[in-house]
Amino acid sequence: MNALGIAFRTLLREWKSGELGVLLLAITVAVAALTGVGFLTDRIGIAVDNQAGEVLAADLVLESAQAIDDSSTAEATKRGIQYTRKTGMLSVVFNGDASQLSALRAMSPGYPLRGKVLISDEPFGPPQQATTIPGPGEAWPESRLAVALGAGIGSEITIGASTFRVSKILISRPDQGATFVELAPSIIINDVDLEATQLIQPGSRMRFSRLFAGNREDIKAFREWLEANKKSSERLIDVEETAPQIKNAIDRAGRFLSLASLVAVLLCAIAVAMAARRYVHRHLDSVALMKTLGATRGFTLSVSLIQLAIVGLIAAILGSLVGFGAQAWLVIALQGLLKGELPPPGVAPLIVGFLTAIAVLAGFALPPLLQLSRTPALRVLRRDVGPPQPLVILAFGPAVLAIAFLIYWVVRDVALFIGFVVGLAAFVLVVATAGWALVKLTTRLRGGVGVSWRYGIANLGRRRTESVVQLTAFAHGIMMLLLLAVVRNDLLDDWRRSLPADTPNFFFINIPPDERDAFAQFLNERGAERAQVMPMVRARMTHINGKPIDDIQFATPRGKEFATRDQNITWTETLRRDNEITAGRWFTADDAGKPLVSVSTEYMEELKLNLGDELEFDIAGETQTAKISSVRKVKWDSFQPNFFLMFAPDLLEGSQGTWMTAAHMPAKDPRTIAELVRRFPSVSVFNVDELLAQVRSVIDKALAAVQSVFLFTLIAGLVVLIAAVQASREERRYESAMLRTLGASRGTVLKGLLSEFATLGVLAGILAAAGASIAGYLVARRMLQIEYNGDPWVWIYGLAGGGLLVCFAGWLATRSVVNQPPVLTLRGAG
Amino acid sequence: MSVLKAEHLTKKVSSPEGVLTIVNDVSLDIAAGESVAIVGASGAGKSTLLALLAGLDEPTSGRITLADADLTSLDEDGRARLRAERVGFVFQSFHLVPSLTAVENVMLPLELAGRRDAREAAMETLNRVGLEHRTGHYPRQLSGGEQQRVAIARAFVTRPAVLFADEPTGNLDTHTGERIVALLFDLNAQSQTTLVLVTHDRALAERCGRVLHMDSGSFAPA
Repeated sequence: MNALGIAFRTLLREWKSGELGVLLLAITVAVAALTGVGFLTDRIGIAVDNQAGEVLAADLVLESAQAIDDSSTAEATKRGIQYTRKTGMLSVVFNGDASQLSALRAMSPGYPLRGKVLISDEPFGPPQQATTIPGPGEAWPESRLAVALGAGIGSEITIGASTFRVSKILISRPDQGATFVELAPSIIINDVDLEATQLIQPGSRMRFSRLFAGNREDIKAFREWLEANKKSSERLIDVEETAPQIKNAIDRAGRFLSLASLVAVLLCAIAVAMAARRYVHRHLDSVALMKTLGATRGFTLSVSLIQLAIVGLIAAILGSLVGFGAQAWLVIALQGLLKGELPPPGVAPLIVGFLTAIAVLAGFALPPLLQLSRTPALRVLRRDVGPPQPLVILAFGPAVLAIAFLIYWVVRDVALFIGFVVGLAAFVLVVATAGWALVKLTTRLRGGVGVSWRYGIANLGRRRTESVVQLTAFAHGIMMLLLLAVVRNDLLDDWRRSLPADTPNFFFINIPPDERDAFAQFLNERGAERAQVMPMVRARMTHINGKPIDDIQFATPRGKEFATRDQNITWTETLRRDNEITAGRWFTADDAGKPLVSVSTEYMEELKLNLGDELEFDIAGETQTAKISSVRKVKWDSFQPNFFLMFAPDLLEGSQGTWMTAAHMPAKDPRTIAELVRRFPSVSVFNVDELLAQVRSVIDKALAAVQSVFLFTLIAGLVVLIAAVQASREERRYESAMLRTLGASRGTVLKGLLSEFATLGVLAGILAAAGASIAGYLVARRMLQIEYNGDPWVWIYGLAGGGLLVCFAGWLATRSVVNQPPVLTLRGAG
Repeated sequence: MSVLKAEHLTKKVSSPEGVLTIVNDVSLDIAAGESVAIVGASGAGKSTLLALLAGLDEPTSGRITLADADLTSLDEDGRARLRAERVGFVFQSFHLVPSLTAVENVMLPLELAGRRDAREAAMETLNRVGLEHRTGHYPRQLSGGEQQRVAIARAFVTRPAVLFADEPTGNLDTHTGERIVALLFDLNAQSQTTLVLVTHDRALAERCGRVLHMDSGSFAPA
C-alpha cells in the first residue's frame, strides 16, 4: 500500500470537511494577488525591453533647446553614421473652429532611424508601416488628435500660419515616450514646412534634435566625440540612458503593487495556519489509528504531505489563472495609460505563484503537519494524549522564514525590507491592540442587550485571539478601500476647492515683445481675468561663487539637472501671495537695476546655496552675475506663473526674451482661443483644465489598479473569517444544539451568530474609518498642504459596510451549524 | 506455545502529585489460541497494560515478547510494522476512519502491510460479519452495531496472531452487545487467534478461557 493511494482516496472525503477548501481558497487568493501584479508588470517590462532600441528612433540623440549647428552632422557624415533632424514644440492645431493642443514634430527624411512609424487611413484604423515621412504641405495627426479635431484624410488643418492637408493618420511612432503616453497627442509634418508656420520665434520653447544611428562601435566612438565637442546646452541621450529609467519606474510601481498584494498573502497565510490547525485537530485520531494498525510515522506524514501538495498544486494553478484574469482586468482598467498592445506575459509570474504557494504552505501548514505525525498510537485508548509540544522555533520559525523570504523577494532591498517589516509590525501591533481593547470593551458592555446579542458578543470575547486576528485583517482591508474610494475623492475635491474661482485655466507663453500689448488688449476685450504679464528669458547657469558649474560635484541628480539645464527666468518687483520670503528680503524700488536674484527653496536645497552666494548666468550670449538676496517658498500648485529664479526689476530689461501670462476664461470658448491663436500664431496656449482632467484620469486609472489589489486584501480578510469560523464550527455546532435543546429557537441561535459577526464587522469598520481618517489627514497636511475636514461618510461606509459584509460572510460560513437538528449533534458528541 | 509474554512490566508516569505507578511489576504468559480477559475497576491499569502489551506505549521497565519479537527493543516504527503483521484491535468507540467506506476501512491494515488482494480479502471478511450489503457505506451511515462489526472485520482480516479488544461492547446496547460478542468469539474460534480482552462486563469476561483481575496496577487473586 502506498501513501499516495490513501491520500487520494481520502482527499475527496476530506474536502467535505471544509478545511482543505479553506486552504485551497487561501492559497488561491495569495497566488492570485501576487501573480496578478506579476503578470501585469511582466507584460509592461517585456514591452519596454522590446521597445528599448526603438524608444529614441535612433541609437543616439543630441538634443537642445537652441538650434543645433551642423558640426555634429558633418562629423557623422565623415564617420559614415546616418543622421536625421527632428524639431519639436507644443502648438495648437485647428480644423475650422475645433482646436487642440498638440506635440508638433517636424521630421526630415530618414526618420525614423530605428523602429517604425505606423500609419493608417482612419483614426485607430488598421496600421501599416510608413516608408517615408509626410510630404511638403502634408500632416499626419495621431488618431486621438484627428478625432478631437474631427479631421480625416483630406481635411485642411492649420498650424501656426500654415495650412496642411491630412494625408495619413499616425498610429504610432517609436519615440513617442515609451510605454506611457505624452499628455499632448502628436502630429508629424515635414521639416521643410516648419519655417512657414512662423512658430519659431526668438525665445520660443523648442526642442531641436539630431538623431544618429550606426553600428555599435562607430556610435560608441562618435558618442565620445560628441561628449567632447557638444555645447553645454546640448544633451546626449542614448538607449542605455532612456530604457533603464522607464524600467526602474515600472520596477518601482510593480514593487509597490507587489507589496500591497503581499498584505493579502500574509492574511491568507494566517488563514492557512488556522485551517492547518483544524486539519491537525481533526486528524489526531486517524493518525493514531493508522499507527495502531501498523502505519509508520513517515507513512502518516506522507499522506498529509501528499494531500497538502495536491491542494497546493491545484491552488497554485487556480490562483495563477485568477491572477491572469485579474491582470487582464487591470490592463482594461489602465486603458489609455498604457500605450498600444502589450505583449503576452512570460512564465516568471507563474514561478512566483508556485513559490508563493510553497512558501505559505511550508511556513504555515508544514509545522502543524509534522506535529500531527508525532501523535502517539496510544491516543486510540486515551483521548487526552496528543502529540508532544514542539519547540517554539520549530512551530514559528518556518512561518517567520516564509514571510521574510516573500517580503525580501518582492522588495529586494535591505532598507526597504526592514522598513516594510517594521512598518507592518507597527501597524499590526497598533490595530491589534486597538482591536483587543475594543473586543474587551464590547464584551463588558454586553449586559444591556438582548439574549441573542449577549450570546454573540460573549462569543467574541471567548475567542478573543481569533477575534483580534480577524478584526485586524478586516480593518486593514476595509481601511485601504475607504482610503482609496472615499478619502481620495475628498482630498481631490479639497485640493480643487483650495484654488480660487478665478484661478487661471489658460497659460500663454512665447508672447513676442512686439505683440505683448496687443495680446493683453485682446484678452481684456474678451473679459478674461488676467494674471500679471511677465517677461521670460532663457538662461543657463555657468558659475556659482566664481566656480564653473562643470567643476562642481552635485549631491543629487536633480541638483545637477537644476544647475545645467536651460531655464526660464523673469524679473519683477511684485511679490505675489503664493510666494513667501523665508530668508533675506524682497526687492524694493531701490533695488531696480541691481544684480540681485531671488531663488526658490528647491534650488537653494538641491544646489546647497546660501544667501549672498553669487550666481553667474549666460543669457543669450551675455554674461550676467547676481547675488542671492532672498529665498522664496513657492506654492507651485497655485496655477499662477511662477519661477525658480526671479531677478530684480530693470536689470535684464533689453534681453531678448518673450512674455508670458495666464488668464481665467470664464467659459471654454473654442472660438476665442481659435481667434487668439490665429492672430498670435507663435503664442503657445496651455489649457490647464484639460491638463487637470488628464492628470486626474491618469491618477484615477492608476488608483483603480491599486484599489483592485487591495480588493484582494479584503477577500483575504474574508478567507481569514471563513477559516476562523471553520476552526470553531464543531464547537459552534455543539453550542447551537445545546441552546436549541434548552429551548432556543433556530432564529434566536442564528441571531446570536449574526450579532457576533455584525459586532466584529462594525468594530473592524470603526478601526478602518479611524485609520482612513488619520491617513487622509496626514496626506492632506503633509503632502498636499491643504485643510482636511474629514468626511462623515467614511464612518458610515466603514461601519455599515463592515457590519454587512462580515455578517454576510459569517452567515454563509455558519448557516449549516443552525440547520443541523440538535439531536444529531448531541448524539455525535456523546 | 507462548505468543505473548510479559516479564516484570512496570509503567510509571509523572503527575503534579508526583510519580504514579500505573502498572506495577506485572508478568503474564498467554498461549497461542488462548482467550484472556483482563478485568478490574476504573483506574486499575487495565487499558495501560493493554497498551503496553500491544506496543502502543512503552513500559518504564520490563520486557514484552509478542509473536517471538522483543517488543521492548523495537522503536515506534518497528512496533507499528509488527502490529501491521501480527496484531488486530477492536475498540470501545470503534475507531473507524470517517473518510473511508466500510470496505476501505477493512482494507486499511492489509494495505498498510502491503497486501495486493486487500479488496477481495476485505469483502470476504465483511461477508463473514454479515455486512456484504453495507460495504460502500461510510461510518456515519452505519449503526453502532454495524460500525463495531466493521471494526471486528478489520481486526480479523489480517489473520492476526493476537487480537486486542478494549471494552468492545461498551458503546452498544445489551442486545447488540451480545450479538457482537458472539461474532467476536465465533471468529476467534474459526481463526485460532489469541484474544486479549479488557472489560468491565463480567458475563463477557466469563466467556474467556482465563480471567485476570487487576487492582492498583497488579494482578489480584480472583
